[in-house]
Amino acid sequence: MDATLPILILAIPLGMFLVLGLAGYKMSHKLAGTLGCLGMGTTLVLAYVTAFTYFFSGSPEFVDAAGNRLQSLVFDHTWLAFTDKLVIKLGFLLDPISAMMLVVITTISFMVHLYSMGYMRDHHGVFERGFQRFYAFLSLFSFSMLGLVVATNIFQMYIFWELVGASSYLLIGFYFVKPSAVSASKKAFIVTRFADLGFLIGILILSFYTGTFNFTELTSAPVDGIADVFRVSEGTAESVRNIFLSRSSAAPVFLGGSVLTWALVLIFMGGMGKSAMLPLHIWLPDAMEGPTPVSALIHAATMVVAGVYLVARLFPLYLMETTALEIVTWVGALTALYAAVVACAQIDIKRVLAFSTISQIAFMMVSLGVARPEVHEGLGYMASMFHLFTHAMFKALLFLGAGALIHAVGSNDYTAMHGLRKHMPITNWTFLIGCLAIAGIIPFSGFFSKDEILSSCLGNSTVVYVWMSLVAGLTAFYMFRLYYLIFWWKEHKVHEGHHAPHDQPWTMTLPLVVLAAVSVVAGFIPFGKLVTWNGEPYDFMAHFDWSVAGVSLFVAVAAIALATVMYRKENELPAKFRAALPALWTWAHHRFYWDELYMFITHKIIFNGICRPIAWFDRQIIDGTMDAFATLANKASRAIKPLQSGQVQLYVWWYLLGALVLGGVTALCLL
Amino acid sequence: MFSNILIWFVVIPLLMLAGLALCRDIKQIRAVAVAGSTALVALSVKLLVDYLAIRATGNTAPMLFTDSWSWFAPLNINLAVGVDGISVAMILLSAIIVFAGSFASWTIPQPKAFFLWLILLSTGVFGFFISIDLFTMFMFYEVALIPMYLLIGVWGSGRKEYSAMKLTLMLMGGSAFLMLGLIGIYYHSAPAGEPLTWNILEIVRNNSIGHGWQCFLFPMTFVGFGVLGAMFPFHTWSPDGHASAPTAVSMLHAGVLMKLGGYGCFRVAIYLMPHAANELAWIFLILTGISVVYGAFSACVQTDLKYINAYSSVSHCGLVLFAILMLNTTAMTGAIMQMLSHGLMTALFFALIGMIYGRTHTRDIRAMGGLMRIMPYLSVCYVIAGMASLGLPGLSGFVAEMTIFVGSFQHTDMFHRVFTIVACCSIVITAVYILRVVGKLLFGPVQDKHHLELTDATWWERFSTVTLIVCVAAIGCFPNFFSNLIKFTFSPDIFAVLGMN
Repeated sequence: MDATLPILILAIPLGMFLVLGLAGYKMSHKLAGTLGCLGMGTTLVLAYVTAFTYFFSGSPEFVDAAGNRLQSLVFDHTWLAFTDKLVIKLGFLLDPISAMMLVVITTISFMVHLYSMGYMRDHHGVFERGFQRFYAFLSLFSFSMLGLVVATNIFQMYIFWELVGASSYLLIGFYFVKPSAVSASKKAFIVTRFADLGFLIGILILSFYTGTFNFTELTSAPVDGIADVFRVSEGTAESVRNIFLSRSSAAPVFLGGSVLTWALVLIFMGGMGKSAMLPLHIWLPDAMEGPTPVSALIHAATMVVAGVYLVARLFPLYLMETTALEIVTWVGALTALYAAVVACAQIDIKRVLAFSTISQIAFMMVSLGVARPEVHEGLGYMASMFHLFTHAMFKALLFLGAGALIHAVGSNDYTAMHGLRKHMPITNWTFLIGCLAIAGIIPFSGFFSKDEILSSCLGNSTVVYVWMSLVAGLTAFYMFRLYYLIFWWKEHKVHEGHHAPHDQPWTMTLPLVVLAAVSVVAGFIPFGKLVTWNGEPYDFMAHFDWSVAGVSLFVAVAAIALATVMYRKENELPAKFRAALPALWTWAHHRFYWDELYMFITHKIIFNGICRPIAWFDRQIIDGTMDAFATLANKASRAIKPLQSGQVQLYVWWYLLGALVLGGVTALCLL
Repeated sequence: MFSNILIWFVVIPLLMLAGLALCRDIKQIRAVAVAGSTALVALSVKLLVDYLAIRATGNTAPMLFTDSWSWFAPLNINLAVGVDGISVAMILLSAIIVFAGSFASWTIPQPKAFFLWLILLSTGVFGFFISIDLFTMFMFYEVALIPMYLLIGVWGSGRKEYSAMKLTLMLMGGSAFLMLGLIGIYYHSAPAGEPLTWNILEIVRNNSIGHGWQCFLFPMTFVGFGVLGAMFPFHTWSPDGHASAPTAVSMLHAGVLMKLGGYGCFRVAIYLMPHAANELAWIFLILTGISVVYGAFSACVQTDLKYINAYSSVSHCGLVLFAILMLNTTAMTGAIMQMLSHGLMTALFFALIGMIYGRTHTRDIRAMGGLMRIMPYLSVCYVIAGMASLGLPGLSGFVAEMTIFVGSFQHTDMFHRVFTIVACCSIVITAVYILRVVGKLLFGPVQDKHHLELTDATWWERFSTVTLIVCVAAIGCFPNFFSNLIKFTFSPDIFAVLGMN
């Protein structure tokens, strides 16, 4: 494929960042916003063209004679050569998942660019301060995220991984005068940095044993250079393992696990950080301090799924060590349940959505964790990517809807909303569609992707299946709890002097409507034909299991019914429920005190227990020793100073004494 | 003699000194400083171009532009000059920082004396980097150290006499070790019966320092230079010295002078005594590994901006020495890149701190806040410097650190790899202290109402910072150019002796 389009896809957002970042402050708000939207719009078109060429052109570059999809290296430019083999390249890898991610990222990013034109204004329609900066950062983020998904090697991924982290930091801290935003951005960066440490060590281990960063070499035949074939046959998969074993003749095993397992688990740790898996999830709810469009783009649809994408990218490697996949499964399962429980007890609507995001990403993780070639031909992998796609659409929709609500009401709490359905009909309908999609009601998109995840779980382990079905029920419950508390419960009271909340300008409505439409129809995309773990087309209907679908549908409907009973009209049930389970409510409301635990560890142990003593040790002991040398020299010189008194009599005394001693010694020697 | 380009790196500063002596007002002084430092930058760029042109013709001599003029025949002391890729990179770095430093001290009091000492200091620095004669090198080294005492003692702030004294005494202590080591090397520089030499290239060719002597002289020289490279536990001059030094001196000191330590450790200790380096590396690996983590942890609780950056320098310079000791091409390339990167970004940091201090008259982060609204330009620069320091891709810190980590982890020995992981942990701690400062100093509400009246950067301040930021970004975006420039130097010489790479 010609490299022009892919280069432009990366270059336009980067150029837009530089233009808006360096010259934005001289532009009018409108010009900056329009430029940003135009840039992203162009990128969107180019990305769509690229993705459609990849999926549907049928060119032999992209699909072989048997109809299997291939990986295609569009370009790969050396950026930094460490050794002959260990080279960081910046390139563009086109394969099913990267093509799909191109579509997801540019779609959501463009919607968010457009939406922000309306959202980033105050009630009088005046643009917010730093509007140009906001668009510059959005462009930077889009560039980094696109670079991440098209990475040809694990180090390129790490580079853009860090860049998305930094742009996320900048955007969370957009309102930098607010202390809460500053600390939230700091927290997000440091927690993900800690996770990235694991990622980096994992990369180091992997590259030490295999001698390459390249994804294609890592996941397929390692000897024959860049193999274009994505398919991993049994033989080639063995050979990476052989490299591991031969290179590490002394220590193939480290602390009871194979070195490869360690490397994969450490790399997964990076993914846990970005994707907010337990116990590294604590930054995501706080990240809601950023402007809501940012939450929709970064903290719901794109950056937070980078961890899932990472595992998917290295999936053939993970298949070699199923221990690592088991860990992925259980981390995901625990996180999914935890986040769903917590989401039931939050008041801030963005926090509910944040925990719901964590829970849904955990679904994708579990789906990857249970995917095996022998279970429905690796359905889990495809289901995970499918859910990533549909979730990006409906979660972005929900966040943008929440943004519209917050914009209209001026508060994040649902207690300030209640009964908004009459005031904001478009928001109401689109939000409802989002809720139905996430709850998994047929025919909305979430139904299909979630159903595939559950079938895949069932194929691997009944325990995981039951567990995840339960979480799916909780999902439906908390989403409809949220929906009813915002739009129903009781009539909205308009305070004096305030305008009644109303629907938003077209720049904000259009993205809502588009995303709602996509959320409705996305389930019918023949995903199995496009994205599978080994490139072989997969017939979805042949594996469709009505019993799984029926059960999940039943669970969802029951949960929605329960939510309807409890929250549709103002009543005593929620309070009674809360009173019946006070401990659960308190713990869930306080997110099981994870933040307090982290505060204790970071402040009490690390800050006061390590940093302060070290600083004290440095000043008092190390520096004290150096000062002591100086003091010693000073004292010594003071002690012998009286010898140079200037009194001639004293000098004569010493002269005589010295002469006597010397004479005595000489005499003794001569004798 | 003057046909050799290298000698001009000493001649130009000397001419500047003469010019400064004749100046009568601050305008003339500025003119001389700017003209001279611009000439130095131009000259170092020309050196780089010439160097690459000669290398492109396939010349693989270890040093280019070599020349030697005798100045004390009885002891065979020569003014011997020559450069390889590393020295070229270091000279370029020094020229850029002297250039930026001149702009950063635009309004210094008593400018004439200040610039005289500053330029004398840079004479020493350039002389050090072009020399390949151990004695001459040592002489220039001392020339670079002494002016520091006066610059801090006279133009400094806070406990300046104490800091100046401490810095000078500790560095002189290191020099004492170094001197012993160098004399020891001299007396073993040639096989019995042949004339002794100070010339590094000849010493390497003779390869006549016995194993026992290597093991004795290596620690001497490594510690001697290591003191200037802020190696644990000899780093305590650095926080006090930096805190008291005026802006340009901090810039030059952290940006260039500390590099003399790392460069010396490589050029003398490891280059001349590779066997001992290989054998004793583990001791110093532990010390430098501690430096890396310890410095970072210490920086987390400091409240003075300069202390934070001084401890951060301890951490980053520790990484330089750490990587040099790994004795493989990639890690050592990383070490030199880290020197470049650290030099530029620390100079940027100290320049910015000086500019902020000049306005707010405090360096205590607890007394400041919300500066982003008041001086956006300086604040954005500070954020960029911070991002470079915590290793954001696209800026210099990332490429340097990653080269070091990947290179070190390629070591065949498990001990080295485990220690690499320990050093890697610093990336998290660095993020903590950088973001802590950025969050406290620049973001949040304005702490002090008086700060609201402060102004943003002046043109010379902008010029100084932009120069440094462009360089930091250049290394970060096009690392392969610098990596190749440096890497070539490491080819056969030392590794052939060890039979390893």
